[in-house]
Amino acid sequence: MHPLLKVNNIKKMYGHRIGCTDVSFDLYPGEVMGIVGESGSGKSTLLNCLAGHLETDGGEVIFDTLDRGPVDTLKMSEPERRMLGRTDWAFVHQHARDGLRMSVSAGGNIGERLMAVGDRHYGNIRDRAIDWLDRVEIDESRVDDRPTAFSGGMQQRLQIARNLVTGPRLVFMDEPTGGLDVSVQARLLDLLRGLVREMGLSAIIVTHDLAVVRLLADRLMVMKSGHVVETGLTDQVLDDPQHAYTQLLVSSVLQV
Amino acid sequence: MSDYNFAYLDEQTKRMIRRAILKGLAIPGYQVPFASREMPMPYGWGTGGVQVSAATLTPEDTLKVIDQGADDTTNAVSIRKFFERTAGVATTEETEKASIIQTRHRIPEADLREDQILVYQVPIPEPLRFLEPRETETRKMHALEEYGLMHVKLYEDISQHGAIATSYAYPVKVEGRYVMDPSPIPKFDNPKMEMAAIQLFGAGREQRIYAVPPYTKVVSLDFEDYPFEATKAEHPCDLCAAEDSYLDEVILDDQGGRMFVCSDTDYCRTRREAGHVGRLGTETPLQTGPEAA
Repeated sequence: MHPLLKVNNIKKMYGHRIGCTDVSFDLYPGEVMGIVGESGSGKSTLLNCLAGHLETDGGEVIFDTLDRGPVDTLKMSEPERRMLGRTDWAFVHQHARDGLRMSVSAGGNIGERLMAVGDRHYGNIRDRAIDWLDRVEIDESRVDDRPTAFSGGMQQRLQIARNLVTGPRLVFMDEPTGGLDVSVQARLLDLLRGLVREMGLSAIIVTHDLAVVRLLADRLMVMKSGHVVETGLTDQVLDDPQHAYTQLLVSSVLQV
Repeated sequence: MSDYNFAYLDEQTKRMIRRAILKGLAIPGYQVPFASREMPMPYGWGTGGVQVSAATLTPEDTLKVIDQGADDTTNAVSIRKFFERTAGVATTEETEKASIIQTRHRIPEADLREDQILVYQVPIPEPLRFLEPRETETRKMHALEEYGLMHVKLYEDISQHGAIATSYAYPVKVEGRYVMDPSPIPKFDNPKMEMAAIQLFGAGREQRIYAVPPYTKVVSLDFEDYPFEATKAEHPCDLCAAEDSYLDEVILDDQGGRMFVCSDTDYCRTRREAGHVGRLGTETPLQTGPEAA
């Protein structure tokens, strides 16, 4: 099996400071990879570099495209990369407001990616939007409401629907449950887990919440000060942490 | 007359504007930035259109200025006077006789010819502006032909109103490439944009000029199941009985009385002179325009 995403020696500097460096990993189809670490450890920098939102200072991000096979996305032309960004890739922001158009109805938000790839049939677009609202457990009657009228958890679910409607193969998630209360978090995680399994998605999830990766991720990468300090299967890393920082991280979680 | 250079602007400025116009004509629908000048009228009163007209005018030209189709409203009168004074060109109210027509929010009803130029006043040249506030982003979207967002606006219309409710400034795709704001003309006028005359668009405050060359393909955006419709009030003109012209609704009293009249005053007058009489018209039409005086 070919890896869906092959990352080699990604490096990003902010002046003299290290954003992240020497990051390499393979992601296989259907696999969910978690990136954990404290604030400022370079998790989000890494994710933005992978998704092409930030320019890197070296390295390769090779994605197995449908039509051309493995291609280094960092060397792609901008139109190609943006096309990839609204077809095979999806990006779920921490704050739903960053990923949604707040002045456009829920249906319009979900339909935007469809229209961006050339769908010009209102009836079809609306049916798909309603179908996706249903899949993320938002009532059909809310299809014409704006996201401003939604709760935080609903906005986050709407953002996920908007991203998954074109059937991407790789989803980048930046703290998808950040800022939500625990019961809403639990439902969102449950929903995400269902969608990931059902659609066979590959995902890279950045979070500082170990419970999130415990539930969702197959594999884990622990980052500190821009470096990867430990990688492995999720249970392995969480239950038998080797690196001092990972041990600290795991022991910091309050056991209720 | 000698107090001003011909048509108010200095020659260097006119050259700069002409270069922008030529570039706009070479890339139909593309918004060309230009160094818009301060004009002796407020922004929103057609400073862009006036600059384009000034750069286009020659002493032999005959100028017509319309505002919402009418020759006799404030904006039209003041701009016409402005060029009478600063350029000394002949002016007319007859579409037929004009070589340059500056317009605000309408296209004349009569077909324009190859030797005519139509200059539009544009308030906001960026069709994507209200959906995407970042100029850097909209420029990129134009460059990469990412126009899905434009349909999001139309989607919103249908979801809220059951039909595409955008009735003016209806977005068009020019020659299969650039999506363009046709300025706030009613969508009734959109199909007329495939015309023989040159169409120039000037946005003074936003400092953009764009153009549509003669016989260029101009397609109004729509959905397969909600096709574009050029709409107008379902009435004939009450003065000239025209069925095919765009109408203004005029409230007559507080008892619900109203009338519909052609917004293109020249078209209406021409028809009345030719003997057409509408519901509220009279057999001998009142003489209007400079010829009457």
